[in-house]
Amino acid sequence: MAFINGLKCRECGREYPAEPLNVCEFCFGPLEVVYDYATISEVVSHDSIEKGPLSIWRYKDLLPANGDDPVDIMAGFTPLIKARGLGKQLGLNNLYIKNDSVNPSFSFKDRVVSVAATKALEFGYTTIACASTGNLACSVAAHCARAGVRAIVFIPSDLERGKIVGAAIYNPILVSVDGTYDQVNRLCSELADDYPWAFVNINMRPYYAEGSKTLGYEVAEQLGWRLPDHVVVPSASGAMFTKIWKGFNELACLGLLDGVEGSSFGIDQNTVHHPAVTTKMHMQQAEGCSPIAYAWANNQSQVMAVRPNSLAKSLAIGNPADGIYAIKVIDKSQGSAYAVPESEIVNGIKLLAETEGIFTETAGGVTVSGLKHLAESGAIKPDDLTVVYVTGNGLKTIEAVEEVVNPLSIKPSIRSFEEMFHGAK
Amino acid sequence: MGKQRVKFTFEETLVKQPVIYELGQKFKIVTNIRRAEVGEEVGWVILELEGDDPEIQKGLEWVSSTGVRVDPLGGDVIAG
Repeated sequence: MAFINGLKCRECGREYPAEPLNVCEFCFGPLEVVYDYATISEVVSHDSIEKGPLSIWRYKDLLPANGDDPVDIMAGFTPLIKARGLGKQLGLNNLYIKNDSVNPSFSFKDRVVSVAATKALEFGYTTIACASTGNLACSVAAHCARAGVRAIVFIPSDLERGKIVGAAIYNPILVSVDGTYDQVNRLCSELADDYPWAFVNINMRPYYAEGSKTLGYEVAEQLGWRLPDHVVVPSASGAMFTKIWKGFNELACLGLLDGVEGSSFGIDQNTVHHPAVTTKMHMQQAEGCSPIAYAWANNQSQVMAVRPNSLAKSLAIGNPADGIYAIKVIDKSQGSAYAVPESEIVNGIKLLAETEGIFTETAGGVTVSGLKHLAESGAIKPDDLTVVYVTGNGLKTIEAVEEVVNPLSIKPSIRSFEEMFHGAK
Repeated sequence: MGKQRVKFTFEETLVKQPVIYELGQKFKIVTNIRRAEVGEEVGWVILELEGDDPEIQKGLEWVSSTGVRVDPLGGDVIAG
């Protein structure tokens, strides 16, 4: 069972039962899950977690859906790799990569969708839907295939072929919308009001977003129940960024970090900050869609929406739902936000591939380039324990790096090979 | 009659314009402001619109034509 009390408005604090709702009926503020931490603290332990499956559901007591029978395609518990090659290149001796590109549908979205799909079935839905430019579409379609329920996936009509195939293979109802980004956004928002479907990032959003907390839990567990000095995270809506922070703080408050005494959660449990959590949270956005980084850099109290124009399509959310909350996390953690120049995105992809053997998508290129900036600027010191999150697989965005394909052509003979090879040397 | 929840964002040049008043005057739409933050340089308003669906669509197109950004409530729903 899920240890939750209901939902609560992040703006006015009004409480709601745990239902498929995402907006406060009074002030239209976003809703967030309220946990029964008193009960959770009695049942959760290192032992209970370590006995769990090698997926996000090992943290089932900390998730808002029934983890006894989840929709699980084994999302999560992805490798945390000591990055010796990349670290050497950047002058960082204690660098780790959280490689979330190896999730079942090849992005971190499997974490949030697994939670949303499980909750949707609990609510009795038989159709799960989303609007996506790639990763989310693949993940929703895959989880629906696993659960045996109908998937309806809305995509912009100009989506790259590879991404369409990546979702279509699971046989969802695929709806290609011929319209601008804003028109697709508005259409899907209206459909979510009119149809009895579980839209993972609309009416399921309070539950869906919580799946990203597992990115925080796993890093802590894989580091031996301790937290890094810095994390470097890509950001679109800002939700994942805030949930990693929330995950760290929940572990601290529940006494699950080594050498840290637990403490009770504050009244506003969603913004709680345990003093033992000293991790600096560094957000990376692509310059072509960087509303949160811009607002933070200019000390603005609001995040102004922008029209996305970035190579990093999976980060291209012009009107980020959690932008203002992400800025609060940056400030609390004494972290930073950076808009990575578009020209650096492909360089970041190549740097990671050439130093660590990991092929990431454009969002990962943003993150690695942002890490490079942090190392070069001295914001991260050489011996600081640093974790960089790589959240999607490079096969999703091969068109961004096609320039690397430059094979040495030969005739089918040893002589031709040797002429080319020795010449090439 | 339908309802739609939207967010209007006003940039500096529009922040003093009575766009919401005019929306209610030009179209058969009831505007109900729920949350807002308006500064000297920029502002946003979250509101509920009530009226016939085609009228709301026409009204929102007019608002967009003034330069005010119109977004669904709760940020973009398209995800990566």
